[in-house]
Amino acid sequence: MQVPILKQGAYLIATVQSALTDEDLKQLRDTLVVSVSKVRARGVIVDVTALDVIDSFATRTLRDVAHMIRLRGAETVIVGIQPEVAFSMVKLGLSLEGISTSLDLEEGLAYLDRKGKGPEREVRTHR
Amino acid sequence: MRSALIADEVRVPIDRDADIVIARQKGRELASQCGFLSTDLAVVATAISELARNIVRYAARGEILLRLVNDNGKRGVEVVATDEGPGIPDLPLAMQDGYSTSGGLGLGLPGTRRLMDEFEIVSDFGKGTTVTVRRWKR
Repeated sequence: MQVPILKQGAYLIATVQSALTDEDLKQLRDTLVVSVSKVRARGVIVDVTALDVIDSFATRTLRDVAHMIRLRGAETVIVGIQPEVAFSMVKLGLSLEGISTSLDLEEGLAYLDRKGKGPEREVRTHR
Repeated sequence: MRSALIADEVRVPIDRDADIVIARQKGRELASQCGFLSTDLAVVATAISELARNIVRYAARGEILLRLVNDNGKRGVEVVATDEGPGIPDLPLAMQDGYSTSGGLGLGLPGTRRLMDEFEIVSDFGKGTTVTVRRWKR
């Protein structure tokens, strides 16, 4: 199950549509890390509203995505974690510490817009 | 609980990545038949996901047996994850948060125990592992 990735302005938006296998998750990670430079994106949003389970592997992969993309000079926001998914993640012992999350796509975009206006935008112009 | 009545059961063979998703979806379906609330459905599905991944990662293949159980009117879901893999040499260590021999987060077994109401594990080094977990309807 491929995850469609759309470009909107300076951002990439990956919208998960259905359950993902481990292989799908790895593919999403690899595609995002490459795409971020192809389109010179400043931010990436991964919308996981459709996921009914975020287990240890999915958490680790999402964390890796955010770290890799930060190393590439852009920001990642995970949006749409469902309440029962959040509950299960915490019980399992999982956290997305250091990773930005937002309630939904709208909030995620607003977050990236705010970030983009900060002082680090200056830094990013030195390539 | 050992005398519990088995109302319904589903067997899911596990030998590749995609079976992890199938197993947790079947588990969710079964638990929703039993009237579990959405939080409990997510909890059961997450536990199944961890157990199924352990099978793929450590034993290559095995089976997940999903059952609706009834203990004197108390209804619940039982998940039995069985494999004939290498077994776990040091169980207490494997039950510790953060311990992993595969580079994972090491939360699969201890986390599954936290998610479910009952947790039993039997592992024979060299012969395989069986994990049985249950969650009761609130």
